[in-house]
Amino acid sequence: MKENLKTYQFVLTLAVVCAFLLSLTNSNLKEKQLYNIEVDRQKNVLKCAGFDVATLSSEEIVEYYNLSIVEKVLSLNGDELDIKINDLNVLENKVTGQLNYYYENDEYLPLYVYESGGMIQNYILPISGKGLWSTLFGFVSLSDDFKLVKGITFFQHAETPGLGGEVDNPNFQKQFIDKKIFDENNDLVSVKVVKPGMAKGDYQVDGLSGATITSNGLSNFLKEDLNRYKNFFKI
Amino acid sequence: MNKNIFSDPLITNNPITKQILGICSALAVTVKLETAFVMSLSVIFVLTLSNFIISILREMIPSKVRIIVQLTVIASLVIFVDEVLKAQMYDISKQLSVFVGLIITNCIIMGRAEAFAMQNSPIQAIKDGLGNAFGYSAILVLVAFFREVIGSGKVYGITVVPDQIYALGYADNGLMLLAPGAFFVLGLLAWFQNTITGSVEE
Repeated sequence: MKENLKTYQFVLTLAVVCAFLLSLTNSNLKEKQLYNIEVDRQKNVLKCAGFDVATLSSEEIVEYYNLSIVEKVLSLNGDELDIKINDLNVLENKVTGQLNYYYENDEYLPLYVYESGGMIQNYILPISGKGLWSTLFGFVSLSDDFKLVKGITFFQHAETPGLGGEVDNPNFQKQFIDKKIFDENNDLVSVKVVKPGMAKGDYQVDGLSGATITSNGLSNFLKEDLNRYKNFFKI
Repeated sequence: MNKNIFSDPLITNNPITKQILGICSALAVTVKLETAFVMSLSVIFVLTLSNFIISILREMIPSKVRIIVQLTVIASLVIFVDEVLKAQMYDISKQLSVFVGLIITNCIIMGRAEAFAMQNSPIQAIKDGLGNAFGYSAILVLVAFFREVIGSGKVYGITVVPDQIYALGYADNGLMLLAPGAFFVLGLLAWFQNTITGSVEE
């Protein structure tokens, strides 16, 4: 009995000491960690806008971002609203992997506008959805008339390296550039990822060999996510 | 035996190539030298300190719950490392992802705590921790070096394979970037080691 008591004492003391030290660490580093997450988000938007972000420091990223990216929040009808992107609550749909953005119970859409020399260059939209193993998160950038894809990037996924993981491959992403997302009747058709070597025309890119499910997933969620912005694309 | 607490695990009794422990992380974080270095530093920190702390506490730890106590100490150190990495080296911490957290389950660390730190003085435990951690790191860095050179033609992110050779038709071997590449390198290293130090299967 006495020995048990000692055991309890020891374990309890150890747990309290460890928990205290860890919460101390966490509260001291929290601010820096949140800053890093914010810089990472800005970095990925800039990358999708075509900046060479690999060589930039955190400070430069924040500087360029503030200079050239304008954040907007749209209603589902496509109207611009006076809300900040960072005020939106983000919820991931566990089935499709789509991200839904809420502010006081209403759903909104975030939009990044890349401006340079006072002119709108690209519109950058977040995209996300299920591949084979994981949800892929990324951005797609569109031309100023919404008709052409100007770039696509992914910043987080857990697809098989070498197969589905090749969505990160610059050669795969390059194929999307200047593909069209509207057909002749101005219906949104998006860009489809087809079997490797089969892509033709303005609406298809070659898929990844050995990664059919990742490729199909990407086709689906790209279209779904573009579709949400349809009211904003004034076509 | 006592003389070589530090140097034994470096080569002759290396935790990876001799005891075949810690293979999981040796596969996962050795695609590039950079991640392998950061992982090594994390393991050196955690293993040395966990050995030290457990050795100090060894007289007090109730033997019924000693494994849980060891795990608590190790887990706290690992979470500490993870927090620091997220604050100071965010990009690398993203690449290492779950593998920093998985240091907790690295059998080398639990193994040294249970097999060595519980029976020896703090100074010896530090030596043992450093020795094993450096032995682990040496292999990690070696594997990462070969995988990065052969797999992407780079050393520490700097391209070393000259363009002329690529122009002659040389291509990076993508297999080295996948898990099997790590197995090949590790297997060759273990073979090399056993040829030199002699295999003692008991």
